[in-house]
Amino acid sequence: MMTTTQSQKSSDVAISIRNLFKIFGDDPKSVLPQLHDGIDKADVQRKTGHVIGLNNINVDIQSGKITVIMGLSGSGKSTLIRHINRLIEPTAGEILLDGENILNLPDDKLRQLRQTRMSMVFQKFALLPHRTVLQNTMLAPMVRNEDKVKSEKEARYWLSRVELDGYEDAYPHQLSGGMQQRVGIARALTSNADFMLMDEAFSALDPLIRTSMQDLLLDLQEDLHKTIIFITHDLDEALKIADHLVVLKDGFVVQQGNPQHIILNPSDPYIEEFVSDINRARVLRVGSVMKPSKTTKKTAGSIDSKQSLEQLIAQADGDVKGIYAVTEKDKTVGHIEMTQVYKALVRYNLTTSRRAK
Amino acid sequence: MAAFENVFSFFGLSEWCDSGKQKALISLKSLKNEETAWWDIPFPSLDNLHKACASIPQSRDLTASLEDGFLYIRPSLRTVLDPITQPLSWMLDSALYLFTNTPWWILLPLFMLAVQWSARSWKITAFVVSCIIFYLATDHYSYAMQTLSIIFVCTVLCVVIGVPTGILMARSNTVQRMLIPILDMLQTLPTFVYLIPLIFIFKITEPKLYGLAIILYAIVPVIRLTDLGIRLVDKDVIEAANAYGMTKRQLLFNVQVPLAMPNIMAGVNQTIMMSLAMVVIASLVSAPGLGTLVLDGINNLRLGVGFMAGIGIVLLAIILDRVSKSALKRMNKTYHG
Repeated sequence: MMTTTQSQKSSDVAISIRNLFKIFGDDPKSVLPQLHDGIDKADVQRKTGHVIGLNNINVDIQSGKITVIMGLSGSGKSTLIRHINRLIEPTAGEILLDGENILNLPDDKLRQLRQTRMSMVFQKFALLPHRTVLQNTMLAPMVRNEDKVKSEKEARYWLSRVELDGYEDAYPHQLSGGMQQRVGIARALTSNADFMLMDEAFSALDPLIRTSMQDLLLDLQEDLHKTIIFITHDLDEALKIADHLVVLKDGFVVQQGNPQHIILNPSDPYIEEFVSDINRARVLRVGSVMKPSKTTKKTAGSIDSKQSLEQLIAQADGDVKGIYAVTEKDKTVGHIEMTQVYKALVRYNLTTSRRAK
Repeated sequence: MAAFENVFSFFGLSEWCDSGKQKALISLKSLKNEETAWWDIPFPSLDNLHKACASIPQSRDLTASLEDGFLYIRPSLRTVLDPITQPLSWMLDSALYLFTNTPWWILLPLFMLAVQWSARSWKITAFVVSCIIFYLATDHYSYAMQTLSIIFVCTVLCVVIGVPTGILMARSNTVQRMLIPILDMLQTLPTFVYLIPLIFIFKITEPKLYGLAIILYAIVPVIRLTDLGIRLVDKDVIEAANAYGMTKRQLLFNVQVPLAMPNIMAGVNQTIMMSLAMVVIASLVSAPGLGTLVLDGINNLRLGVGFMAGIGIVLLAIILDRVSKSALKRMNKTYHG
């Protein structure tokens, strides 16, 4: 089932999740051996009354990148993210951070880890209703008992980065959902932690605000290079922000890797079904469809590898035959033919199966 | 009579029964030795069994032995409880002294300030002032002040004891399971029943006697609502606090208690109202204040005296309720809009 594919490249692994299991029930350890024998979720529930939350999870979270964990409700994604800062205790497995197993940390070390290295953004914002926006933003330094003047300055800075200047003295209930979540993000950034856990952070917001929040996050990430673990049930959102995508189903990893690669090479019928509904022109990037060699033929123009196919089609003005040079930071890295572009818009399996008929 | 005599003789217990007979008082009825018809068989209660078998105690022996038992432990209870509760007497005495000996023209503006600060409403302040003027004009002022000072001391103590107890209850299910039956009992036991053992333990002239009765009766809502309030704090907010590494202490003082505050204040409001109810009844055990006038009205059938005191109590109840409720409302507004 597991296909750890490509593009792990040279980036450092910040957190490494190894053989993680979580079983909910009266005696979780007793079910563990059966899981190793490969029994499925429904069977376990019928036979033992235990619910499998996570089933043998192995994920490497890369430093400075956005790892998106995607799955439908009940897939165990929220359970998984809560293991990283141990809001939920696992049944078995390990989570390595700097070579140390987080799951073995004593209480005081764990608290220190949460205070200094991990911040979290929640689906329902979870702001303190009796504190002002500024006080909410200062939560992490306040918990660490840091100097008030300095942390207030920092909180004001981050509030202005999320465009909330002037709202410092408002109470959370006076703000809209999108603004409350921006306070949530400012609170996470003020903690200065290198890890940011985002649990369905934008799911409670309406679509337009969600898009602008995604842009805000990508914007911030360009400067900050935090290690972000982002949970979502929305594939479009996942594809937009993910450097590394992990697809969960019923508590196990169905496929993980570069999101572009997953769209082009779904390893499983479940993933295929998932990706069938997306707007491929908007999601696929020129860089993932191009041929990585320079062409000798005459090119009609050049395009950046990060642009979407939609943008290329727009640039080509509907032309179906031309060839474009693909550049990365003004250096040519490959070329792309328009015919390739149109082929990539259709699911590969679909075309082959039709042909077979 | 003697419905169960045959049963005892059947089991060969006649001898044991007879040993319980002290002096054989032979009544005319027992000589007749009537048979009991089957439809007249009574329930084998203690008294009925005693008739058949003198060794079995009567019901009145049960109540008598309860009393004896209580009298037996009374000296030791006294030695323990007396010093512990002595501060209560001092507090009540000094509060009574303070409230009744401060001249009215100092207390009146002080009340105005206090009410205005806590309720922030000119309407309520004006109402309170006119009530106090009513007390002054009808010469009920000193009685009302006595009642108020007792309520003041008892409510403060209820909060000081009740809030930490409620916090303990919210933190541990075991503590909750142990305390709930006690709280249920305190709440349902008729108020007069508290007074009886307290009269046995303390001298009737001691203020702590009625102080304790009021606190025991009025402390329940503040404990219950503190427990409830803390348990109802949004789980998501608690999770966020944990995710940022708050210690248990930080969690309690920065998140749980402030967010439970509306519920705790609702409990305080209830506690104030219940102290007022009890302070009237406590006039039976020498609690001063408006209650004594009511008692006078009942004892001497003085309708007018009782009625006026009754109105005084109602006004006091309205004042305390409105002031504490508007403080609560103001708090809710800042939190939840």
